[in-house]
Formats: sequence, C-alpha cells, structure tokens
Amino acid sequence: MQLAIFTIFSIMCIAGAILVITLRSPVSSAIALVFVMCTIAGLFALIGGLFVAAIQVIVYAGAVMVLFLFVIMLLNIKDELIQRDEKKLTRILGGVLGAAFLLEIGFFVRKGLTSGSPGLFMPAPNEFSSIESISTSIFTKYLFAFEVTSILLLVAIVGAIMLARGKGRTET
Amino acid sequence: MATLDHYLILSAILFCIGIFGLLTRRNAIGVLMSIELMFNSANINFIAFSKFITPEALTGQIFAVFVITVAAAEAAVGLAIVVLMYRNFDIVNVDNINFMKW
Repeated sequence: MQLAIFTIFSIMCIAGAILVITLRSPVSSAIALVFVMCTIAGLFALIGGLFVAAIQVIVYAGAVMVLFLFVIMLLNIKDELIQRDEKKLTRILGGVLGAAFLLEIGFFVRKGLTSGSPGLFMPAPNEFSSIESISTSIFTKYLFAFEVTSILLLVAIVGAIMLARGKGRTET
Repeated sequence: MATLDHYLILSAILFCIGIFGLLTRRNAIGVLMSIELMFNSANINFIAFSKFITPEALTGQIFAVFVITVAAAEAAVGLAIVVLMYRNFDIVNVDNINFMKW
C-alpha cells in the first residue's frame, strides 16, 4: 500500500519535473513546478515528515512559486525573447552530464543495495513528526544555525531590494 | 514498502532532470526553476536519511527546513538579478549575459 502510494507520487513528481524543463512558457513551467512541490510534500508526509511537508507546501508551493509567477508577470517576456535553444551541443552536453550523474548515483545506490544498506523500514518513534520535538531541537541544539539563517534572510531581503529597486524613480 | 533506496533513486532522477534543465534552459527563470528542482531532490535525501537511518535524531528534518530557507533566499536574490537584467538590458536569455567575458 505504501509502495503503491510512493509509486504514484513519484511518477507524478518525475512527470511534473520533465514538464518543468520542457514546457516553453515560463508560466506553465511554474505551475508544473508547483505540482512537483506538492507531490514531494506528499512523499514527505508518506514517511512521516509532516512538519516538513507542511513547510514545503506553505513556503515553496505558496511563497517561492508566487514570487516566481510575480516576476514572470512583471517581466512580461515577449515570445521572441523566449527562444528555445537551437544549439544541439548544449542539449547533448546536458544530456550526457545528466545521464552520467544518474549512472553514478545509481551505481552507488546499487552497491548499497547489494551490501545490505539499512534501507529497511523501521518504525519511527512518535516524536519523529511532532512539531514540539522539532522546535525543541531547533531552539536548543541548532539555535546558532537558526540565527544565522535569519541573518541570511535579512541579507537576501536587503540585496533583493537594492538590486530590483528602480533607478530613476526612487532617487527623486 | 517504500525503502530508502526508492527515495534515493527518486531523488537521483529528480536531480538529473534538474541538471539537464539547468544546462539546456536558456531562459533565466527556467534556470532558476531547475535549481529549485535540485534543491528539492536534496531535501528528499535529507528526509529519507532522517527517517530510515536516524529516526530518533530529527537532524535531517531540521536541515531540510534550513535548505528551504536558503532556497527562498536564493530565489529572491536570483529573481531580483533577473528583473535588473531585464530592466537594464532587456534580456532574459542567459546566453546573452556575457558582458564580463572579455
């Protein structure tokens, strides 16, 4: 049962990912990416990562993708600007590199399979998906990383505003 | 029963799709979306290892949250750069952004 759900979600996820990189229109790609995020959230929920699944839907599918769509609308990209690359070379190089990565990772996963990886299902303790234990861990053990993350976000906000601010209009 | 290997294979496939898209998309926004795909495959690895290897230590889940934060920051700054490029030079094609090449 769990494997069936996993298979359905992963097929939808891979199909969505292929749509993301093949669709011509940026808006359609963004919608496909939202779909991929939602299926990945389902995969997280399937193995009990409920908190991360919720964060994935709220932050990724909600906020980040809305930002993407907002920028796409803002740019108003004309059709002649979105040219599909006619360069065969990039396409072949990309395919070769992607396939090489896939083979490499597949080789090691396969090696792990034969050498008896601890990949079998073990019942997670109750606190695995509880927000209480995650927040306790974040605010005690990983407090420094959490604070550094907040500084990173602040820097990103300042940088994004500085970059995207209009030149002529705000100086008056 | 879905095992760790299933999750690892899925994330490998997703990562390779992301790499392929990163190298073949010419639209800057498409490149950023491919990077998001790769972030997500890393997140799948984090959650799967957290669940199957150390289910009592929550480290993978917390780092997945951090990865999502970093991805949000990266998307914000990257999109700001795309907006700037479009506004100043009227291009979104990453092949044409080569002013610092020579």
